[in-house]
Amino acid sequence: MRRLLIVAIPYLWLLAFFLVPFVIVLKISLSDTALARPPYFPQLDLYAGWTGVRDFLSGLDLENFAFLATDALYWKAYLSSLRIAAVSTLIALLVGYPIAYAMARANQSWRPTLLMLVILPFWISFLIRVYSWMGILGQEGYLNQLLIGVGIISDPLTILNTNVAVYIGIVYTYLPFMVLPIYASLGRMDESLLEAAEDLGCSRFQAFRLVTLPLSRPGIIAGCFLVFIPAIGEFVIPSLLGGSGTLMIGKVLWEEFFSNRDWPVASAVAIVLLLILIVPIIIFQRNEQRRQEAES
Amino acid sequence: MRRFGWFNATSLTLGLAFLYLPVVILVIYSFNASKLVTVWAGFSTKWYGELFRNEAFLDAAWVTLKVAFLSSTLATALGTMAAHVLVRAGRFPGRTLFSGVIYAPLVMPEVITGLSLLLLFIGIGLDRGVLTIVLAHTTFSMCYVSVVVSSRLVTFDRSLEEAALDLGCTPFDAFRLVTLPIIAPAVVSGWLLAFTLSLDDLVIASFTSGPSATTLPIKIFSSVRLGVSPEINALSTILIAIVSIGVIAASLASKRSAIRGQRDRRSAVRVP
Repeated sequence: MRRLLIVAIPYLWLLAFFLVPFVIVLKISLSDTALARPPYFPQLDLYAGWTGVRDFLSGLDLENFAFLATDALYWKAYLSSLRIAAVSTLIALLVGYPIAYAMARANQSWRPTLLMLVILPFWISFLIRVYSWMGILGQEGYLNQLLIGVGIISDPLTILNTNVAVYIGIVYTYLPFMVLPIYASLGRMDESLLEAAEDLGCSRFQAFRLVTLPLSRPGIIAGCFLVFIPAIGEFVIPSLLGGSGTLMIGKVLWEEFFSNRDWPVASAVAIVLLLILIVPIIIFQRNEQRRQEAES
Repeated sequence: MRRFGWFNATSLTLGLAFLYLPVVILVIYSFNASKLVTVWAGFSTKWYGELFRNEAFLDAAWVTLKVAFLSSTLATALGTMAAHVLVRAGRFPGRTLFSGVIYAPLVMPEVITGLSLLLLFIGIGLDRGVLTIVLAHTTFSMCYVSVVVSSRLVTFDRSLEEAALDLGCTPFDAFRLVTLPIIAPAVVSGWLLAFTLSLDDLVIASFTSGPSATTLPIKIFSSVRLGVSPEINALSTILIAIVSIGVIAASLASKRSAIRGQRDRRSAVRVP
């Protein structure tokens, strides 16, 4: 009995506050607004019995999704979110891999400190870390002051409120997610493999390409998805660092909801975003399972 | 042992500089006397004074702390239970769904979680305020807690628990007296994680809060949208200081307990 309770309490909590809300989003995405506020049409009338359910189901339609498909704003926002997330993931990999590699090659006694130094920014507020770049990248920001002061440029660069600032923001805030799994897979590597490769005539670069890189593959895949998946739906970074030309679906959803107050369309945007994310999430979970099996 | 070459040293230095420079610059300029944030005009702590006179910020900070404390405590209880179920319960109907809903919130975009919870609260007619933010934060942070706790439970030696049961403990006592003290560090770090996640959250709180309850991130976001401000720099510095001290203290404490554990094991071996 008590055992049942231990299973039931967290289960019911997640059903009530995670799954049921999704069903509601799905339902509202298929509904029509009645004066932009609830109640929506159709409403489920349980007292009318079977006819009530049938009327309810026949009232649902795909109108909001058809609207998403015809309005260029939405599919452009989806595509541009995917592109921004992909580019940022690639940059994060190029920046993060050398850091993870150096950490794994560092002296054993240094590793816990280095690990803590990489994790610490993750605990500092996400919002503050994004905000800190606003002062750096602005027209009169520290970066432009530095570059003009040194004499590299004479006119300030426009970085804030462009996609470049968004890339920087995403790479900066998600970098620990890229470094940690790669470090985990490199740290477990047997270094005598590299010596064997070099004994067998590999150059250092060939040994890296043929031995180290394939062995760190699970870490690379995990890191890439940990950056890519949340970056697609990102809201804070494009709205603080991006400009009017930055189209990201998280921002579109937010504005659809808070500014336009069109809840059915916002729900439809959320459902399509979820459908886009399902494939990368499944690939990520498969990779995680394999990684755990390799560890044990 | 391979040599730690200049390439590794450079990439580590540059990488850590990239991670820390923005934060360091922010902290330095929070002591800037000038209202123009990017022009240095001498050392001053006046923005900190302004901050503590700003009622709106203090109110928001109070709401945020309340929400973070309540939601992280609830999330720790629920997340520990969920971890126990994931690691120990074996097969039961709906297990796949259960592990799915545990891991899904970790990768779910916040805008979707926020929107769906808001529609739920409106659907059941719950007024938006502190309660709804607590419910929302508990839901997503319990999943993080359960991941942290279950990774500790996996490596836990079950025979200790079985021994307690053999010696006449009820399952609950065995959990309370044997399992809980051993997994306590993971439970504590789960609580800390849930607490910081709640302190930090802007998007889900914006969806689920009402006019009566504004949290600090919502307040920061709305003032930062207009540009950089010295007051926000000061506020950020305080938050950064609290978090850094907390994390460093926690990691030193866990290091010391690891050393003590090693010593205990060694002396345990010596006793015949």
